[in-house]
Amino acid sequence: MSRTKPATDPLIAQLRTLLPASCIVADPVSMKPYECDGLSAYRQIPRVVVLPETVEQVQAVMKTCQQTGTPIVPRGAGTSLSGGAMPHKNGVVLSLARLNSILQIDEDNRTARVQAGVRNLQISEAVQHLGLYYAPDPSSQIACTIGGNVAENAGGVHCLKYGLTVHNILQVKMVNLDGELISIGSTALDSPGYDLLALLMGSEGMLGIVVEVLVRLLPRPKVARVLMAAYDDIEKAGNAVASVIAAGVIPGGFEMMDKAAIQASEDFVRAGYPTDATAILLCELDGTEDDVVAQVEKVEKLLASSGAVDIRLASDEQQRVRFWSGRKNAFPAMGRISPDYYCMDGTIPRKELGNVLTCISGLSDKYGLRVANVFHAGDGNLHPLILYDANQPDEFEKAEAFGAEILDLCVAVGGTITGEHGVGVEKIDRMCVQFDQASLSQFLAVRKAFDPDGLLNPDKAVPTLARCAEFNAMHVHHGQLAHPELERF
Amino acid sequence: MPCLAAEITSAVASAYTIRTPLNITGAGTKSFLGQQATNNQPLDVTGHTGIVEYDPAELVMVARAGTSLSEIENVLNENGQMLGFEPPFADAGATLGGAVAAGLAGPRRAYAGAVRDFVLGSTFINGKGEPVTAGGKVMKNVAGFDLFRPMARSMGTLGVMLKIALRLLPLPEVEKTLLHEETDELAALRKMNHWPVETQAISAASWDGANIRIRLSGSASGIEHARSVIGGDYITGTNYWQDLNNFRLDFFQQAGRLWRIGLAPMSESFGPESRQLVDWGGAQRWLKSDEPAVSIRTRASQLGGHADCFSQDPGVATFHPLEGNVLAVNKRLKTALDPAGILNPGRLHPEF
Repeated sequence: MSRTKPATDPLIAQLRTLLPASCIVADPVSMKPYECDGLSAYRQIPRVVVLPETVEQVQAVMKTCQQTGTPIVPRGAGTSLSGGAMPHKNGVVLSLARLNSILQIDEDNRTARVQAGVRNLQISEAVQHLGLYYAPDPSSQIACTIGGNVAENAGGVHCLKYGLTVHNILQVKMVNLDGELISIGSTALDSPGYDLLALLMGSEGMLGIVVEVLVRLLPRPKVARVLMAAYDDIEKAGNAVASVIAAGVIPGGFEMMDKAAIQASEDFVRAGYPTDATAILLCELDGTEDDVVAQVEKVEKLLASSGAVDIRLASDEQQRVRFWSGRKNAFPAMGRISPDYYCMDGTIPRKELGNVLTCISGLSDKYGLRVANVFHAGDGNLHPLILYDANQPDEFEKAEAFGAEILDLCVAVGGTITGEHGVGVEKIDRMCVQFDQASLSQFLAVRKAFDPDGLLNPDKAVPTLARCAEFNAMHVHHGQLAHPELERF
Repeated sequence: MPCLAAEITSAVASAYTIRTPLNITGAGTKSFLGQQATNNQPLDVTGHTGIVEYDPAELVMVARAGTSLSEIENVLNENGQMLGFEPPFADAGATLGGAVAAGLAGPRRAYAGAVRDFVLGSTFINGKGEPVTAGGKVMKNVAGFDLFRPMARSMGTLGVMLKIALRLLPLPEVEKTLLHEETDELAALRKMNHWPVETQAISAASWDGANIRIRLSGSASGIEHARSVIGGDYITGTNYWQDLNNFRLDFFQQAGRLWRIGLAPMSESFGPESRQLVDWGGAQRWLKSDEPAVSIRTRASQLGGHADCFSQDPGVATFHPLEGNVLAVNKRLKTALDPAGILNPGRLHPEF
């Protein structure tokens, strides 16, 4: 039996005693928007969706779920690209979207206290008049919520210099399965006891439900300039990135796009990219006027000596925005040249870039699927976009297999299967490639310490050992695991 | 003394089998922190040394936990890079593992990040003697629970670290310190917290009751700009920040217990009567005081912060006590990693 009818479901009846009717969605048609997140290939209608309006209501829902053994899938804006918010068929989707108040802005200490459902960009907008902003800027920042950012440890294009979510949060209030409200961290830069704040970041909703977050705000840099450099060889572009960083410059943003991505973006938004280039780099330098001028001069020289065929400094703010618009629209640009695309998210040591891109190109031939690469070059976070057509039989499966090989490759060169999108349901089997049994057992033990019955976002992020045994049995080649020679880091 | 990972692993595994508590020791430069039971079996990890991987263009280093900070800092310095968390006691022989486990960060903390912010991954032996790897050696990585950053400040109670991957920072082109007279505490706090709006060049800010000292790091032109905003005179010929970081300033030689108070930077004055040295732009306040521990800790809690006692005193716990459900969650994490409670029991908190 997949689902009980809402009218006779005792769980829903109980939830109705705890929440106003407007906070419960139980009919299948209205639940449809909740059946998936940004990874729309994985869908599941939940048993019920609740949208609490107060922290007390979240606590009441959690207690009920614990008492009834009901799985809970927390959800922010549903922008996850790894199926982290995909519902459980017997479970509650716990949406934090209505906990959307900015509670306090402390200009003196440069912090903002916000509820979990506040959108990432909303924070920066609310403090703009103070010359401040919230630094992590995932590309979904217009929609994604801070609670979801905590659950995924979200990054963005500026994290090489300004850090990930984990580096920009001081305190989190979360509700555990007992319905208790726990305050982790403080207004100080560190807090007594273990660094539970770090543990909570990127824990994909498996340790508790985030209801409130205290974020650090940064002074907005006075000046930002962007350099675009074009290359006729991807390896040269990769070496240019290494040379800038080795020279002691940490750019605010440092992005790379390959030929396929350049052409699609250029056709879409006319960003002014040279379409005959094999790769381009976008390097943004920010700070005070004097500092930026000095850095631009230094980076320009480095890019020139690294073999760039063309280097352009955005002459004004308008051109800077235009240069970035190509990168920021790279994903929708793919939507114009392919019915569907599948976005991957591995991180590699930068020096492996040329090697990895060559292998990806080989895999593209093997699977008969086109691929475009955009890359947070500064921190090694690669986003290959695999182009496919979901209406063709087996094409999504092929795209998934292609993606899985890319992730295995990332692990093989000393990287990771996910830089910022999370494991979710998407990459759960790849966890068996990246981590050995002892490490996975340790993750499971930590999970169990917070959630003995496995009710919080079940079947995601950390695979069971049984699942990995089965996976590894299927992926043994010639009696060996893939890349058995690897020391995992 | 075990040198190899396998030897350390089997030492922990045997201790787990016979439920023998261990005192994990490095160079012992921070033995004054936390309560150490004298009858535990020592596990010296200073033999497990060596830089495993370092490519300056990656801004990443992987090193074994017993490697001395001075070795690491020398290699980094030759390549124009540094440890962004400025750990103390490198001169005294401190090891990387000890620096991470104690989690003490230097004056750059408020501007560049904590020790944990520079840890990218770790392989450690858990309390059952099993080697666990969390994180990796790349900048962005969200696969698996973050069990590597919590190694920082855990005082060795969650695992015996074997290998640590670190994110590095480039050495600034120029570094200079400005002296800015200010005798009023609130005015000093306000200045230290409002100047950075104008510049990214500030890498340290302290106030000693008479003067604010501001360290500027960056390009020559960036620093000149910051000076034009801030004012004050450059000071030369002192090792002020190293002396502050290593407890060598005269302030630390005064009588009374040494307290480290962690607060939001613009919190009100912690105690005008106590002798104090304000660091991290106000977020870390060193106090010399004979006031009873409980009253200092109560006041810190009321201000939303905490107080650690850096003077060894059998009657006073080093670290600010944990309470309620936060204590419960801490215990649960400890048990998940060290079910028999054999790794430095009681060193961080008396309850575990």
